[in-house]
Amino acid sequence: MDQLLSLFNTYTAEFPTLWMTVKILLLPIVPLILAVAFFTVTERWVIGWMQVRRGPVYIGKGFLQPFADVFKLLFKEIIIPSKSNLFLFRLAPMLALIPAFAAWAVVPAGDGMVHSDVNAGLLYLLAMTSMGVYGIILAGWASNSKYAFLGAMRAAAQVISYEIAMGFALVGVLIAAGSLNLSEIVRAQGGNGGIFEWFMWPLFPLFLIYFISGLAETNRAPFDVAEGESEIVAGFHVEYAGSAFALFFLAEYANMILVSFLVPLFFCGGWLSPFPESWGLIGKGGPHWLAVKVAFFAFMFLWFRATFPRYRYDQIMRLGWKVFIPITIVWVMVTGVLVYTGVLVPNS
Amino acid sequence: MSFEVLLFYVLAVVLVAASLAVVTLRNPVHCALSLVLTFFTCACLWLLLRAEFLAIALVLVYVGAVMVLFLFVVMMLDIKSLPDREGFTTYLPAGLVVAAIMLIELIGLMGARKLMQGGGVRDAAAEQGLSNTEWLGRVLFSDYILPFEIAAVILTVAIVAAVALTLRHRPNLRTQDPAKQSATRREDRVRLVDLPSSSGSKQP
Repeated sequence: MDQLLSLFNTYTAEFPTLWMTVKILLLPIVPLILAVAFFTVTERWVIGWMQVRRGPVYIGKGFLQPFADVFKLLFKEIIIPSKSNLFLFRLAPMLALIPAFAAWAVVPAGDGMVHSDVNAGLLYLLAMTSMGVYGIILAGWASNSKYAFLGAMRAAAQVISYEIAMGFALVGVLIAAGSLNLSEIVRAQGGNGGIFEWFMWPLFPLFLIYFISGLAETNRAPFDVAEGESEIVAGFHVEYAGSAFALFFLAEYANMILVSFLVPLFFCGGWLSPFPESWGLIGKGGPHWLAVKVAFFAFMFLWFRATFPRYRYDQIMRLGWKVFIPITIVWVMVTGVLVYTGVLVPNS
Repeated sequence: MSFEVLLFYVLAVVLVAASLAVVTLRNPVHCALSLVLTFFTCACLWLLLRAEFLAIALVLVYVGAVMVLFLFVVMMLDIKSLPDREGFTTYLPAGLVVAAIMLIELIGLMGARKLMQGGGVRDAAAEQGLSNTEWLGRVLFSDYILPFEIAAVILTVAIVAAVALTLRHRPNLRTQDPAKQSATRREDRVRLVDLPSSSGSKQP
């Protein structure tokens, strides 16, 4: 056993890049794909429940439904439209998926449970999420289809607009926490007040705006005009079938789960307990608390989809530029004043 | 050859190839995408130099926002109607002059740096035990606050100018007033009429 372990250690020391690849595959990617699979079936159950019907119940009581869906998609033929740009048509789904997975490198699941504890983690996250739109735009353009192109144009304008509000909301978090490191941001929300130490109270407008912008960034209802099945069929991925469509689907749901992780991490104390630290066992933080919060925000995604009608396109633009961005700018200044007057104490 | 050096050469080759592709490819969408690749590879090179803030800002601003808008415009072009290498020879001399001047400037900079410090690159952030991002933030907002604010004012003026230059007021344009729309109540739009069912329309 010791020999094996030492062999393993020399091997990982010899090929650090290879070992990193294996770790990346084992830790975020496989659990993420499984989470996406069960998220899709949960979505159908939740929406079914809200619409007073049952949702998927037949294949393994519904639990095996996502696997049936995946294998169906994998075995379907990929149809390539005539006069489409073949190279970009094939590249687009991958470009959508890569940033959606790459962003997970800096997301902590608990205290110290993070792949890469980089100092500029928040900036890295912003950079990665802003790159996801390339897959959508290229898919829309390369398909050589009017509906797909319209979807791509809408997605591009929407993502650019809401990225600004999202970035400003995170500037507030950065000022309040005094760090760009995601673990440090969570630690800055610790203390004896439990739930009242979280950033969601002093940064309440930013908290709301960040979550709503997250909805818009991931092109989810009520901001799903990029797909808009009642107007432009399915938007940017109307020409995609089989596994190529599955990649878009995977990227969209991975991004939703990412936003469900980021909102608790930035505003709701991450893995910290809502009870004061002095309360013993339930006051102790841990990944289970983060899991509860993530489940809540993921449920909100489904809840919104089942209850809100789709926004009109010009209203989306107006909300992003004329409402959210001014509010975030003002609240960034308010946060600065709060820190200056000592109401908020950033670490470092 | 260490891994970093190998990586540097790979990235440098990709960078040069991608920037060549920007000016040689025919399809403008492919050109714009090559520019994206150029920016991204450049950011990777900067990361190798431990300039993490600059690298991520390049990806965030140029790759994530500016190039998306570029693509947005380029995709609307009708590609087939674009002229084929028109004016390549007329612009070539001017381009060559610019390239030559830039080359001389670069060589001059490298020489000056060598003379000043005897080769090694000084890492001001590491000397103070701060991360690159933190150091840059502190310096920008303390020692260089005035130039920083002037740059911000210039950019704001540029934005206002761009809006003022392109804003046209067209007559007869129908626009919505969102405040008025959301202030509308049910009584303004819906009128319930109570029709007696017995004395309705006459049968023909």
